[in-house]
Amino acid sequence: MSRIEDLRSELNTRLSNKTFELFNNFGDDVLLVSKEDIIEVMKYLRSSGKFDFLLDVCGVDYPERQKRFDVVYHLFSSKSTQRLRVKCQVGDGETIDSMTPVWRCANWFEREAYDLFGILFKGHPNLTRILTHHEFVGHPLRKDYDPNHQQHCTTALPIEFGDGFNANNLPENLIPLNIGPSHPATHGTFRVMAALDGEKISKAEVEIGYLHRCFEKMAETHTYNQVIPYTDRLNYCSAPINNVGYCKTVERLLGVEVPSKAQAMRIILMELSRIIDHFVCIGANAVDLGALTGFFHLFTYREMVYTLFEKLCGARLTVSLTRVGGMANDAPQGWFDDVLDTCKKIRKGVGELDKLLTGNKIWIERTRGVGAISADSAIDWGFAGPCLRAAGVSLDLRKLTPYYGYNTLDFDVPIGSTGDVYDRYLVRVEEMRQSLRIIEQVAKNVPGGDYTIRDKNIVLPEKRDVYGNIEGLMNHFMLVIHGLRPPKGEIYDCLESANGELGFYLVSDGSGSPYRLKVRPPCFSIYQQFPEAITGGLIADAVAMLGSVNIVAGELDR
Amino acid sequence: MNQSTPITPPTSRSDIENLSRQFAFTSTIDSIVAWGRKNSLWPLPFGTACCGIELMSVMGPKYDLARFGAEVVRFSPRQSDLLLVAGTITEKMAPILLHVYQQMLEPKYVLSMGVCASSGGFYRAYHVLQGIDKVVPVDVYVPGCPPTPEAVLDGVMSLQRMIATNQPRPWKDKWQMPEPWRSRAGLAK
Repeated sequence: MSRIEDLRSELNTRLSNKTFELFNNFGDDVLLVSKEDIIEVMKYLRSSGKFDFLLDVCGVDYPERQKRFDVVYHLFSSKSTQRLRVKCQVGDGETIDSMTPVWRCANWFEREAYDLFGILFKGHPNLTRILTHHEFVGHPLRKDYDPNHQQHCTTALPIEFGDGFNANNLPENLIPLNIGPSHPATHGTFRVMAALDGEKISKAEVEIGYLHRCFEKMAETHTYNQVIPYTDRLNYCSAPINNVGYCKTVERLLGVEVPSKAQAMRIILMELSRIIDHFVCIGANAVDLGALTGFFHLFTYREMVYTLFEKLCGARLTVSLTRVGGMANDAPQGWFDDVLDTCKKIRKGVGELDKLLTGNKIWIERTRGVGAISADSAIDWGFAGPCLRAAGVSLDLRKLTPYYGYNTLDFDVPIGSTGDVYDRYLVRVEEMRQSLRIIEQVAKNVPGGDYTIRDKNIVLPEKRDVYGNIEGLMNHFMLVIHGLRPPKGEIYDCLESANGELGFYLVSDGSGSPYRLKVRPPCFSIYQQFPEAITGGLIADAVAMLGSVNIVAGELDR
Repeated sequence: MNQSTPITPPTSRSDIENLSRQFAFTSTIDSIVAWGRKNSLWPLPFGTACCGIELMSVMGPKYDLARFGAEVVRFSPRQSDLLLVAGTITEKMAPILLHVYQQMLEPKYVLSMGVCASSGGFYRAYHVLQGIDKVVPVDVYVPGCPPTPEAVLDGVMSLQRMIATNQPRPWKDKWQMPEPWRSRAGLAK
């Protein structure tokens, strides 16, 4: 019996009084329930141990429908690797039960759905705007909101804590402290509001959205291939991983598989990106704790990887190298040898970093025992990637649900035990070594063949055909004017990015641009836990923790 | 100065001039101050997004902004004279950028790194400020998404040329706090 049949029979017996619909759509299991039953169903799915992760909650707007919104939940089981999409319909102005009692990580996701769609969640502890600014009027991801309608924000939000306290009514022993968003330790755009008792943080709140660049609205107003440059700018420390994640999603909806050479190139790009992402994370983390050398040292190696990217496409950081159906172009001659050569240098660099920090007394004192989190708690918060593995959960999608032939490659998944900053650092260092192993295996045996599929409805013809024959010209014209058109339907696909599971939930209405594209950013769930993590600790430890979770604003705020 | 020739006491005005050429050169106070300013820019790296990562490369070992006397990054607006805006500025961030700019002491300069800061870039979107010049006066715009470090260095060198020649900056001199931030701050129109 297939897994979906299993689930159906089980739901039928356990929830016999509820009406639901269970079906398979483009390979994803989908469960439709009414909004009255949603909390019961979700409670059952969690407590029965069927699904331990709530990956994402988002809204979708269908203005012509009587019940206008879909609320979509994505569940994942780390034990059986099963995934389930739960959907229910909500009308404008109606409320739906908040999922926060079942999964704590639902908190921010529901705030986001409220902010962007105006969906009301009953029982939510703090249903306020999260991404747009506090003077914003309306809900921008509704279909009737003009993407180009800006609203100026004239003031910064004053310090407020969720429990009713603000900067003016704190108890006498507490001092309000605002950190960021323009602060050296906040890497640009994070704001932490803390109430200090001496050096200790006794209350903390974070504000995000300072880099909300409307990725999802932009995706709805551009064609499928035009979205690729926008994906670059999600996690800009490792742009190619986002490119691959997005293209992989669209390709699955189209039902095409990229040629093995493109897969190999994608793996190399992703693993190189993972390494340089960890470089930035560890480098910046060390800078915040006063160790500037690591940053300068690691950037030497980061530049080497930039040079590889430049050879491939001309760009350094935001490369937009993939296309739906394969790669933008073939690798130049000798590129794979260059990759192998660079790997040798990076391995040396990682070894030096290891010597510099791993046994360094100051580094250990500042990081060990700071920000520790248990495995259960990490799962409850929806942690992913190195932060989750540092807490002792061996979850890596490259192993668990392999794609692009990761199952044929030989590599290990490092895990930590305490989940503290030091463990996260150790996991990242080891991951870099494993990524080097992967790259070397792939780059030594690059398969031959084409770098892209040649479906005229998906991939632009080569320039010599466009200029050389009428058929090529026609195909080029049609694809540019109409865009590639996936079938009507929806899909969720994900891969292991540098920060953990990066997912794309794509709804297609059969037109040339996505109807809805929701990104499941790994650091969104992780950063939710941050106020709780720093409360009770020293203010200096908060800086160490912020660096170690590797929050990338582009991905967090989108 | 040549130590072997003894200095003879000056007897005429031309003697004095000749004497001073032995150990000094003359200049105007403006140009010597400008020379000092251009070679000691202290940037405030207002890095918000992808450009911030490229800005790290500009500061890093390969491109090394220190060669232009501008490696002392200061996160306090009170201590810096070059506001280096690297990355998308959203509507939510705009009042903070304005606040930081106002806190900086004269003389102050603004370099807009990348198309997002310069014009909103390809984010023609509801929550993105369509160019930081809506909020603060910009001296140098560096195009690119993100610009290469070479382009940023070129921008810094352009700014240094502007400072060295004391180029008039009407956009800065005529600047006043824009609307709607101005009325919100309680200032008259």
